[in-house]
Amino acid sequence: MAVKSADFGLDTYKFGFHDDIKPVYKSPKGLSAEVVREISRQKDEPEWMLEFRLESLRQFESKPMPTWGADLSRIDFDDIYYYIRPQDRQARSWEDVPDDIKNTFDRLGIPEAERKFLAGVGAQYDSEVVYHSIREDLEREGVVFLDMDSGLREHPEIVREYFGTIIPNGDNKFAALNSAVWSGGSFVYVPAGVKVEVPLQAYFRINAENMGQFERTLIVVEPGAYVHYVEGCTAPIYATDSLHSAVVEIIVKEGARCRYTTIQNWSTDVFNLVTKRAVAYRDATMEWIDGNLGSKVTMKYPSVYLMEPGAHGEVLSIAFASQGQHQDAGAKMVHAAPNTSSIITSKSISRAGGRAGYRGHVSVLPGAERSKSNVVCDALLFDDESRSDTYPYMDIEESNTAVQHEATVSKIGEQQLFYLMSRGLTEEQAMAMVVSGFIEPIVRELPMEYAVEMNRLIELQMEGSIG
Amino acid sequence: MHNGSGADALVIDGLHVSVDGMPILKGIDLQVPKGEVHALMGPNGSGKSTLANTLMGHPAFEVTGGSVTFKGQDMLELETDERARLGMFMAFQYPSEITGVRVSNFLRMALNAQREDEISAMEFRRLMMEKMRLLRMDPKFAGRYLNEGFSGGEKKRNEILQMAVLQPELAILDETDSGLDIDALRIVADGVNTLRSADMATLVITHYQRLLNYIVPDVVHVLIDGRIARTGGKELALELDESGYEAMTAAQEA
Ligand SMILES: Nc1ncnc2c1ncn2[C@@H]1O[C@H](COP(=O)(O)OP(=O)(O)O)[C@@H](O)[C@H]1O
Ligand SMILES: [Mg+2]
Repeated sequence: MAVKSADFGLDTYKFGFHDDIKPVYKSPKGLSAEVVREISRQKDEPEWMLEFRLESLRQFESKPMPTWGADLSRIDFDDIYYYIRPQDRQARSWEDVPDDIKNTFDRLGIPEAERKFLAGVGAQYDSEVVYHSIREDLEREGVVFLDMDSGLREHPEIVREYFGTIIPNGDNKFAALNSAVWSGGSFVYVPAGVKVEVPLQAYFRINAENMGQFERTLIVVEPGAYVHYVEGCTAPIYATDSLHSAVVEIIVKEGARCRYTTIQNWSTDVFNLVTKRAVAYRDATMEWIDGNLGSKVTMKYPSVYLMEPGAHGEVLSIAFASQGQHQDAGAKMVHAAPNTSSIITSKSISRAGGRAGYRGHVSVLPGAERSKSNVVCDALLFDDESRSDTYPYMDIEESNTAVQHEATVSKIGEQQLFYLMSRGLTEEQAMAMVVSGFIEPIVRELPMEYAVEMNRLIELQMEGSIG
Repeated sequence: MHNGSGADALVIDGLHVSVDGMPILKGIDLQVPKGEVHALMGPNGSGKSTLANTLMGHPAFEVTGGSVTFKGQDMLELETDERARLGMFMAFQYPSEITGVRVSNFLRMALNAQREDEISAMEFRRLMMEKMRLLRMDPKFAGRYLNEGFSGGEKKRNEILQMAVLQPELAILDETDSGLDIDALRIVADGVNTLRSADMATLVITHYQRLLNYIVPDVVHVLIDGRIARTGGKELALELDESGYEAMTAAQEA
């Protein structure tokens, strides 16, 4: 690859790093109504949010653990810090960002030029967003890009209108947990007709041992508007299990389009259990691009509810599982109106005993005539110890529809590797090239710097993979 | 033991190779000095591809005896990629398809693997375009996925493009003529002839004499049932064309 590792600082990133930051407040380990009240009090939230949190806690306690998907038995809810706050106040300009945090950005390899170019940089540092800036012209157009806590403070009426409406707090156990203890995440509001040309990017990190990360994102795209939100997750490596449980809600109104891109590279001790859902109204388009490389366990099925005619939903998903990892990724599409369409493209890669799969659900409700759905899932296996699963559920309650599903499983071939190595590529490079090619249809949809980073991550995954 | 071939030659000495325990090559002696083009001819199944793949280090082929040296180094100790970086190149009879990897990206990465310092994007582009013109390839070709959906002829031309870009010191062309119509054959042969140099040893493997009208060899070897049955000048190819391999097989068995 033309890009040197130093450009992205990914060598250090691969091994994880700590910074010496003194959190201002850390809740005691474990979950209780008292902890939830304290979080809300620290944030000086309105009463309705406290009520929402407490109700969510009750939901969490009453819900069973999911018995399908991945093994979650090692999560100990009593052994987690649910809230930590590294800064007393938000930094509004780059100069205000503390040096040790800037240092972290350096090590994450966010280039200087890019920082300036970005419409805004939201960095989830521990459970608080410590830095957020919005480019002035975005602000002038009325685009809001804030961390969720600030969003709630500055735009309480919008937040109250939508928060928890797409993913109700009782949706599932982990959505309930997030709803009770959420902190950070992003709030994005794009007014009607505004097309945000640069991707809005947020960088996330976990930085305290046993620290839960429960960010909450709400994106509202008004009619005819467009936004691309990019979430990249990185995390230092710890010896003990961590839990990341996010909730992302998106509303895409008439004729609007939203793209949400994630490259998830949590350290391999993290349970990553995320609920992502969007609703798309008349002629709206919602696209989820979801790359999962890291974590110990990921369960994530971005979904789109196609509510009105002409709505279109798309999920492009990559799951890469190495030794000790289980990526249970997938997608859900609900066709609730006529003439709606959806496309799901899933690419999973398993190596060294890793387990990656696709779990999908396409449902066409009665009356959703002339709906179309196309599902393609391809799996690439490195060896016989690794595993790939495909669970494509379909609920078709309307006869006048076209639903297609295709699945392939292939094994990385000795002949392919020989061919590439005969041109001078090392075995690792050859494998990385086969994998990069396999996921290329998705990677080419990523913003340039993420595509480069993605390929770099694939190369890093291959390092030391030769027995 | 070997005279006059120079230290840089490809020297194959008493090479025995088995696949799945079955002996295929049964004692091959062959030398290809730099600056020369040797043809290896033989009927289907005689072991031509086995020899080519063994020289390149394919893991399925087990060397049970003999030696291979090139540029004075023991090739059999080296991995496939190490051989490539030493300047060895094989144009495959059946090139693999690699989905999602564009010809240009692949070529650039392969070239960089063999260089000390990375070639600049501009310089690479110029080099690739020049070589594509030489082989009369559509520039759009560079953006296609490696061998995916290529016709037989396109695959072969793509192999020679790689050879032209990588400029090996030892080129082994395994049935590069098969699947080519006469025009494509001429273009590929012209390409190879352009690349011929005092710095390159070439082993052209072919079933038919036809290719050798265009790439005229210095020496012709005939492989039959895992052994070199005859070695001679370019007229040997013509002789084979007239009398066929069977006569020679009979001669060998007699
Ligand atoms: N990978 C392989 N596995 C098993 N047998 C093989 C393999 N490659 C070649 N052979 C056998 O070795 C013999 C020589 O094959 P090959 O070298 O391909 O001949 P040629 O290229 O001269 O047509 C044939 O009998 C073939 O069936
Ligand atoms: Mg052959």
